[in-house]
Amino acid sequence: MNQLQNFTKGFLKDNAVFVQFLGLCPTLAVTTSAINGLGMGLATTFVLLMSNLVVSLIKNLIPEKVRIPSFIVIIASFVTITDLVMAGYAPALHEQLGIFIPLIVVNCLVLGRAEAFASRRGTGSAVVDGLGMGLGFALALTILGGVREILGSGSIFGISFISGDGVLLFILPPGAFIVLGYLIAVVNKMNKTT
Amino acid sequence: MEYIVIIIAAIFVNNIVLHQFLGICPFLGVSSRVSTSVGMSGAVMFVMTLATTVTWLIQTYILEPYSLMFLQTIAFILIIASLVQMVEIILKKVSPPLYQALGIFLPLITTNCAILGVALLTIQYDYSLLEGVVFAIANAIGFGLALLLFSGIREHLDLMDVPKGMRGVPIALVAAGILAMAFMGFAGLV
Repeated sequence: MNQLQNFTKGFLKDNAVFVQFLGLCPTLAVTTSAINGLGMGLATTFVLLMSNLVVSLIKNLIPEKVRIPSFIVIIASFVTITDLVMAGYAPALHEQLGIFIPLIVVNCLVLGRAEAFASRRGTGSAVVDGLGMGLGFALALTILGGVREILGSGSIFGISFISGDGVLLFILPPGAFIVLGYLIAVVNKMNKTT
Repeated sequence: MEYIVIIIAAIFVNNIVLHQFLGICPFLGVSSRVSTSVGMSGAVMFVMTLATTVTWLIQTYILEPYSLMFLQTIAFILIIASLVQMVEIILKKVSPPLYQALGIFLPLITTNCAILGVALLTIQYDYSLLEGVVFAIANAIGFGLALLLFSGIREHLDLMDVPKGMRGVPIALVAAGILAMAFMGFAGLV
């Protein structure tokens, strides 16, 4: 697999949300608007990129038996950094995302990539993989957030194009499940035809 | 009285799965059979109560007095991971039948965000230890309720004539959305 394929696989073919169903908790919870989805996606991308980098750098130093706890500590450190930086520089977004920032630690996507990819490959591949999977995750969250925002409040990225309310249901929890269900069906179809 | 409010709110109004979106992975992963959902709910209740108690004690007696709040995320996840390991070892030794029933679900629980989520929420809401424990048990019941209802629905879904593209996860998610809509009826109860 060349680096370009390695980078682009996260967008459609192996998309974390639409194909692998990883990290669905933050996906469903924070995507009430496109901007929240994007913020969460980028925060996760940063953690994924850095943890992939560090794990692939020190993979030979970690004893086989304690590798999962070691990965968790590495991931938790970067999550803490993200948490504090966001609290300092983007307090409004930090407030919106709430406990889902610390919960990036238990996002199966991050641990999954560390275990399945970064601990077996070279540093270069691991970084490209982290970036690709992370951006694919961010893309999925932004699309989901965008669709919910368009249907639910008639705006996109905060720019309103109808007056009055949209279909409020799509901003509320049930809307998250329903929109994601249909998006997965669409992506399934796209992956089958290509 | 306030305990009853916590319980009702956690089980119905702010249901952990259908309203707070915590623990979605096991919710979709192990909910295809009613029997596995019962096992998973049992394991979650056990670990959630224990984890909330221990993390509350660590937060109040170690992290806060020594202003180590920035270590919260790391400390909590390590506590939960080691707790799960410990529970697994103890159960294996003390109660083999219980281990048989819950064993395979325990490793999955470390990465169940509901456990860490409830531990963090307990701190965020400033609950006392007893309130925290009640909150954890109520949330575990809420998790079990959602999981059981949903596995019942999914067993029926298997027999339905679903359009090809929607089979599997997509239709399950739409069904979960409708279940979440039903739970919205409880809003305003407390």
